[in-house]
Amino acid sequence: MTSDNKRRVGDQPWVRRSLISLALILTMTFLVIPIVVIFAQAMSAGWSTFAGNILNEYTLHAIGLTLFVALLTVPLNLVFGTALAWSVTRFKFPGRKLLITLIDIPFAVSPVVAGLLYLLLYGRNGWLGGWLSTHDLQLMFAWPGIVMVTVFVTCPFVARELIPLMQQQGSDEEEAGVVLGASGWRIFRKITLPNIKWALIYGVVLTNARAVGEFGAVSVVSGNVRGQTNTLPLHVELLYQDYNIVGAFASASLLAAIAILTLVAKALVEWRQAKSENSALEKGDV
Amino acid sequence: MSITIEKIHKTFGQFQALKDVSLEIPEGKLTALLGPSGSGKTTLLRIIAGLESADTGRVFFGGDDVSKLHVRDRNIGFVFQHYALFRHLTVAQNIAFGLESLPRKQRPSKQEIAERVEKLLEMIQLPQLADRYPAQLSGGQKQRVALARALATQPRILLLDEPFGALDAKVRKDLRRWLRALHDEYHFTSIFVTHDQEEALELSDQVVVMSQGKVEQVNSPTELYARPDSRFVFDFLGHVNVFSGVIKNQKLVQGDAWVSLPGARGDQEAQLYLRPHEVQLSRSPSANARLPLRIESISLIGSEVRIELAPQGWQATELWETGMSHTEFALQNPTRGELWYAVPNVGHIFVGDSHQPRTVNWNYQDAANASNM
Repeated sequence: MTSDNKRRVGDQPWVRRSLISLALILTMTFLVIPIVVIFAQAMSAGWSTFAGNILNEYTLHAIGLTLFVALLTVPLNLVFGTALAWSVTRFKFPGRKLLITLIDIPFAVSPVVAGLLYLLLYGRNGWLGGWLSTHDLQLMFAWPGIVMVTVFVTCPFVARELIPLMQQQGSDEEEAGVVLGASGWRIFRKITLPNIKWALIYGVVLTNARAVGEFGAVSVVSGNVRGQTNTLPLHVELLYQDYNIVGAFASASLLAAIAILTLVAKALVEWRQAKSENSALEKGDV
Repeated sequence: MSITIEKIHKTFGQFQALKDVSLEIPEGKLTALLGPSGSGKTTLLRIIAGLESADTGRVFFGGDDVSKLHVRDRNIGFVFQHYALFRHLTVAQNIAFGLESLPRKQRPSKQEIAERVEKLLEMIQLPQLADRYPAQLSGGQKQRVALARALATQPRILLLDEPFGALDAKVRKDLRRWLRALHDEYHFTSIFVTHDQEEALELSDQVVVMSQGKVEQVNSPTELYARPDSRFVFDFLGHVNVFSGVIKNQKLVQGDAWVSLPGARGDQEAQLYLRPHEVQLSRSPSANARLPLRIESISLIGSEVRIELAPQGWQATELWETGMSHTEFALQNPTRGELWYAVPNVGHIFVGDSHQPRTVNWNYQDAANASNM
């Protein structure tokens, strides 16, 4: 066996075995079993109850709102993340390092705090709230607020994927493009984009997963109005507080399904990324 | 198209990369920008290309001021140090990129582009690799593709940044010869950056030696090697043997060692620079010099035997080096550890702080002395 061949002289087999079993046990208890339980609970009252719970008017609305928010958030952050990564890797300007650090604020700040900050700024009694309400613009306790905090929470994902890659690739190819007379747009489309394609898709997958699942920040600014400002994660909590356990788990199973799909997509993208990097080597040289 | 560079200054933060550089690059010639790293040669090349902007100063292409012209519109060919091939495009697509980027009015038809690419592939002798991706090519092949890509739009100026830096010795020699032949056939004006003096001297028509952001000397390779006009150029171009001492009684003296300097006036410090081929070895001191050296190593590979020697009873910062023909080597049979004497034929002396050397020819003096007697 190759693994046996690779073992170093004097290494204890029991160390290896116990570490591997520990990892497996922890993964099962903390990750796999809970997910299985979600689906089991959702189905515990039979398929028709499950379908009934999902097709419930409020649940459908929550699904719709959640998808709508993700649909707005992902393209916004795609553009924002790409522009940001481009500017910090292709230009040198004062404050560049600071900007790279600032990107991580949404990761460092608790989502609830982020929600409260937006409330403080844009809420009725907030600093901009007065001006907004005189112009009849309601951002908080409505879908625009949900989109705003979701954008805030998910904005680092794309940029964080792109920055190290673009730094490593350097700007040589783009310089070669411009010397050959290509326009900025042509350089981006023909040279930059193909080079960052897989990292970009990976960033989008992560952004989407987080946008769909965000709870803390959204719960602060949404107002939890059933059938109006309730996203899927908030809906799960509402149902749970209503003692509708099976309904809560049915909705939760949807979120879990999205998570699993995300994992599959992520694995696929990683596999493609590795393949596109190694393809040349695999095909071999003559 | 000739290139004129007028009073270029460039700073990066605190670092002054180029100081008042003015230069004439003749049309149709292959010019080398030679210098150690940090001498500003790559910055100058990038300013000519328009990839970098000068703080002050101007660049002219054939009389037209292009200082404000965008790199996109300068119509130059540029070969990057690490090739910068587009990794997601095939070799053929890489070469076609410049043609496809032309404005619609000037752009050739698809078929014409395909034909041009095919011709270029033949020119670089790689027609069978049209559908390969850059990662599947060797270093030398990548370099050729980069050249074909740069030449596709038929620029009249070709700029190359350390074109052979990343290649191994054998491939480098082949490519150098190939580039020279290509240049002689197409006659574009080319500038290439290099830190390799051998490469600069072998390949170019004109060498620009740069150091610390300034142009030290501009000359043809032969002139440059024969008549360096500063210590820097001397040190930088090939090996040089240095004997430093004090002038006393028409001699340059250090300890027991000395070299005669007829006509030299006394009590000044001076350095004598001697190329390896300007020194011969003898088992006894000559009338003109007493420079004892011990043989440190002997290298037999090459058209000449190369001998490295350590000064005995005097000091030099680097080992001395000289050559000997294989025939003479067989005759004299020098061996490691033996004591020999260096006999200079021609040397270049820098007196005091002067930057300009004076050339001394002892053979000529011998002849003159002989005729006087």
